[in-house]
Amino acid sequence: MELDPLLLSRIQFAFVVCFHTIFPVFTIGLASYIALLQGLFFKTQNPAWDRLALFWTKVFAVVFGMGVVSGIVMSFQFGTNWSNFSLAASNFIGPMLSYEVVTAFFLEAAFLGILLFGRGKVPQGIHLLAATMVAIGTFISAFWILSANSWMHTPAGVELIDNRFHVISWREAIFNPSFPYRFAHMALASFITGGFVVAGVSAWFLLRGRDPQANRRALSMCLWLLLFLTPLQAVVGDYHGLNTLEHQPTKVAAMEGHWETSTNVPLLLFAWPDQEAQENRFAIGIPNLASLILTHSLDGEIPGISEAPPEEQPPVILVFWAFRVMVGLGLLMIATSFAGLILRRGGRIYESPVFLKTLVGMISLPFIAVLAGWIVTESGRAPWLVYGMMTHAEGLTPSLTGWMALFTLIGYMLVYAVVFYAGIYYLTRVVRNGMLPEQAQASADHDADRPKRPLSAAHTPFDDDVDPVRS
Amino acid sequence: MEMFDLSIIWAGIIGFGVIMYVLMDGFDLGLGILFPFAPDEDARDVMMNSVAPVWDGNETWLVLGGAGLLAAFPLVYSIFLPALYIGVFLMLAGLIFRGVAFEFRFKSRRNRHWWNRAFSWGSAVAAFAQGVVVGAYIQGFQTEDFVYTGGAFDWLTPFTVVTGLGLMAGYALLGSTWLILKSEGHVQDWAYKITPPLLIAVLVVFAIVSIWTPFVNQVVWERWFGHLRLIWIFPAMALLFAFLVFRSVKQRRESYPFIATIGIYVFTYLGLIVSQWPMIVPPNYTLWDAASAPESQLFLLIGVLFVIPVILMYTAWTYWVFRGKVRVGEGYH
Ligand code: HDD
Ligand code: HEM
Ligand code: HEM
Repeated sequence: MELDPLLLSRIQFAFVVCFHTIFPVFTIGLASYIALLQGLFFKTQNPAWDRLALFWTKVFAVVFGMGVVSGIVMSFQFGTNWSNFSLAASNFIGPMLSYEVVTAFFLEAAFLGILLFGRGKVPQGIHLLAATMVAIGTFISAFWILSANSWMHTPAGVELIDNRFHVISWREAIFNPSFPYRFAHMALASFITGGFVVAGVSAWFLLRGRDPQANRRALSMCLWLLLFLTPLQAVVGDYHGLNTLEHQPTKVAAMEGHWETSTNVPLLLFAWPDQEAQENRFAIGIPNLASLILTHSLDGEIPGISEAPPEEQPPVILVFWAFRVMVGLGLLMIATSFAGLILRRGGRIYESPVFLKTLVGMISLPFIAVLAGWIVTESGRAPWLVYGMMTHAEGLTPSLTGWMALFTLIGYMLVYAVVFYAGIYYLTRVVRNGMLPEQAQASADHDADRPKRPLSAAHTPFDDDVDPVRS
Repeated sequence: MEMFDLSIIWAGIIGFGVIMYVLMDGFDLGLGILFPFAPDEDARDVMMNSVAPVWDGNETWLVLGGAGLLAAFPLVYSIFLPALYIGVFLMLAGLIFRGVAFEFRFKSRRNRHWWNRAFSWGSAVAAFAQGVVVGAYIQGFQTEDFVYTGGAFDWLTPFTVVTGLGLMAGYALLGSTWLILKSEGHVQDWAYKITPPLLIAVLVVFAIVSIWTPFVNQVVWERWFGHLRLIWIFPAMALLFAFLVFRSVKQRRESYPFIATIGIYVFTYLGLIVSQWPMIVPPNYTLWDAASAPESQLFLLIGVLFVIPVILMYTAWTYWVFRGKVRVGEGYH
């Protein structure tokens, strides 16, 4: 069998970028949360905030580390597998990625050192500043990279001369039509992810009766946040979809499983899109609803997938189902947040085992929703790499052979499998270990020997700067 | 020529970024290479703690190198990476393992020896791969019409293996002199002990590569044995600094060995640049061929000129916060 470097590169890119995104989407939310906790501690001097901050910083250190190493891979993927694209789009993508490095990555890296190791070495205010800077850095980073990505979806402000994109308007290129929606949707997704993870872990502690005081505070905070953010995400997602309808109608048609241009389009709840036959099997839907959502009128006309010739159509089944997974999970999250509001009466959010267990079970769901969302977005634009201007095949590295791509694909899978497994393992240990007892956080125990007892809770305040975070 | 040539300014910035990366990640990769030979587990703790707060920032210079090339000299990016495809993968795999080892090693008890290995093997592979890149750069690339046309393993030749091993030795030297600076007691004694042999290894490779290079690349031969005699100052300076490393280790000075090692690097690096200048994708493309559009170079330059000094300031500040010795079993004080 001939190995296809194009298909293998696509799988590889999808794999490494999905793996990478798992971490930022969590660290972006968590960084802001840690900064908030430190700010509360700074203001009130209530040690409960400090203990929460320290605990989440430990988790953060691990997740951030994995985000960094997988991100370094990303910055070389463009060149190794998509060198034609890199050369063609360098005039725009290059400055975007470089600005990301100089404005975000250095900021994050420098202040991360202070955040993780600076306890006791720098004044409290500076430590708070470091936490804030890391949080800001994650947002700046998301800004540039999402701008670059959005530009590939809705290219603007450029001219194609001799196979190279030349920027004629930086403002239009950076703030391209899909960028505001994508940035808002992704920022919300990050906060939602952070919120559900913190809520789930706090619920887990509460179920075991550990640290009820601090964990109640944490849980309550998260649920308030989620109560606002989850419905907002649905609204933003709706606008995002409308914008996509304008710029990438084929993608929206694929999300809806809608083959022929028509009016009174139903919203399909279930279907099995068949790309060969260009139709759906077993379709179950709600009449007229898709027309209503997308055009705000019952008999609105929606262009179908078949507007695009078959070789320019995305993999419909993938887009269709990934979209349903994302929206389904989104609705579930809204429901959970509202259940939290109702259960607040009489403090049942802290006591109801069913509710707490549900929250624990939901820890992984936002990650799945995020990956599903990216799959909708990215595979929905196939076969275009730069929408309407450059296809995947045109962007591929010419010298790349099938076996080279296969070799690295398998390589990354093995490496990431080890890293991911170890990461989850150590994160579980950090969480199991929980927060430091109150005395330990403040007490001075000079015999604490970190290397030999890495997980011991007793440390000197000086050791705090390394040990509780490191161990 | 115009008033100022953006491509030359960018060559300067990228050149600065690369040497910053080599020096900064060099010493922390070097500690990884030395890791298996450390006298005991305490020493390993000290070694790792001495770089834990700064390694992420050090590695960011590599990302800047990648992104900066894509922005300013995209041809370099789009030819080097395909040409070095397998090597780049190995380097990244190495960097992944050593990067997560920082987090995982301290959290691990039973499996600690595995993370020790991940740290040392990861560092060694990454250092070797980077040395190979240097060798491949001296060798040149097979290209046609702005596209790499060579095979998957053109980068792996006896010459590049030597440069790979050379950079490993060089990084180890940076690591050992860094450790002299940051440690005390038996760890520091050990660092003093291993520095001279490492330096000799570096000088041997230095000699081999210098003699071999002119045969690998005709242009380089002309450059060194043609009329531009002035450039011999660079290897001479590098040798002078090598001597200073020897002497300062003998006198048991604490910071001089590290500083003098930086001197060796800077002058070797300058020597390498003058060998190829202005070729940036040897043997076919100059830095002007490889440049991106002037408006892109300018757009980024404006930001970078503002931001790089700020970055240097807060990087210096973090090093200042974590200055001083790292003690066994204590972490930072
Ligand atoms: C919405 C957010 C987002 C998205 C879509 C991406 N990243 Fe990312 N990336 C981040 C948000 C982020 C971050 C929050 O800034 C990280 C996560 C952990 C970290 O260290 O910073 C990061 C780390 C990170 C690093 C390491 C930075 C360092 O050395 O400190 C690199 C090189 C990249 N990313 C590059 C990429 C590339 C090339 C991407 C696209 C293909 C990409 N990221 C997608
Ligand atoms: C933000 C910067 C991003 C850029 C510049 C980018 C760019 C690309 C490119 C070049 C491809 C080509 C390969 C292909 O489509 O087959 C691709 C595909 C893909 N990307 Fe992105 N991407 C980005 C972010 C993400 C993120 C964060 C994710 C999600 C986790 C993601 C998920 C995917 C998936 C699933 C594919 C495969 C689609 C397919 O096979 O058709 N992307 N992306
Ligand atoms: C509940 C209702 C939701 C709706 C209506 C919605 C809508 C959409 C649409 C239309 C897209 C594709 C945009 C495009 O590429 O053109 C998208 C992408 C995405 N969604 Fe959602 N979404 C919802 C919930 C969520 C939730 C709960 C999450 C995660 C927590 C999420 C995360 C994402 C991500 C990460 C992307 C890809 C990045 C992007 O294009 O913005 N979505 N969403």
